[in-house]
Amino acid sequence: MIYILVGLASGIISGMGIGGGAILIPALTIFLDIGQQKAQNINLLYFLPTALFAIFVHKKNGNIEKKGLPSLILWGIPGAITGALIAVKIDANYLRKGFAVFLLMMAAYELTKGYKKWKEKKTTKEQMQ
Amino acid sequence: MFVHKIILFVQNSHMKNLKLASIGLVVGLANGLFGAGGGSLLVPALQKFMKLETKKSHATTLAVILPLSVISAGIYIWGVDLEWKIVLLVSAGGICGGVIGAKLLNKLAGWWLNILFGAFLAAGAIRMLFS
Repeated sequence: MIYILVGLASGIISGMGIGGGAILIPALTIFLDIGQQKAQNINLLYFLPTALFAIFVHKKNGNIEKKGLPSLILWGIPGAITGALIAVKIDANYLRKGFAVFLLMMAAYELTKGYKKWKEKKTTKEQMQ
Repeated sequence: MFVHKIILFVQNSHMKNLKLASIGLVVGLANGLFGAGGGSLLVPALQKFMKLETKKSHATTLAVILPLSVISAGIYIWGVDLEWKIVLLVSAGGICGGVIGAKLLNKLAGWWLNILFGAFLAAGAIRMLFS
């Protein structure tokens, strides 16, 4: 039951367009005591059906830019293989710390984005008065 | 003159391809290494370097990350053991949550959402760093 709830929470977040994995992986490792590699694998697999469904909808609406798409995927493949091989072989503790640093950068990005939005809103409000 | 034009063309397409190649490589690497986050890098990259609008960059990102995640997940399945029951339960919750989230997005989007999300991430990151 707790697994469904954790999935539900990260699903809501990723449905809103911000990375669900950033919530799901820490939730799985911190609260449910699942290993770092296992949690990352769960996130990868969980992402697949959701993304497939979303892509169908986006394709129908013509939102997918085809220019450059093959290059991005083709060059992504060696990266995806190398990254996954390192993750599988590396010590879980190092991977966890590395993930935490990556998460911290994402946090900084979101916070500055939120601050910029807030500032913009404030200035438009002042201009209207 | 003609040769000059050809050289210019090759140089231009080469530069653009170099950009695409490095973006693809970094995004694939991060997504494979951390099992997440490739999309969070690719969305702003597409907006900045490919000049795509927000909606298109989100949609295109999914189309890039999906095949890369399939490849990375394959290596993870080979490399680490997994309980499929957990995957199924989390995915079931995730699909329902995805529909709810997409509907909520229009109502809730705002600066405080980014702040809240950022604070959550920072708390999780600090907890993971010092444990």
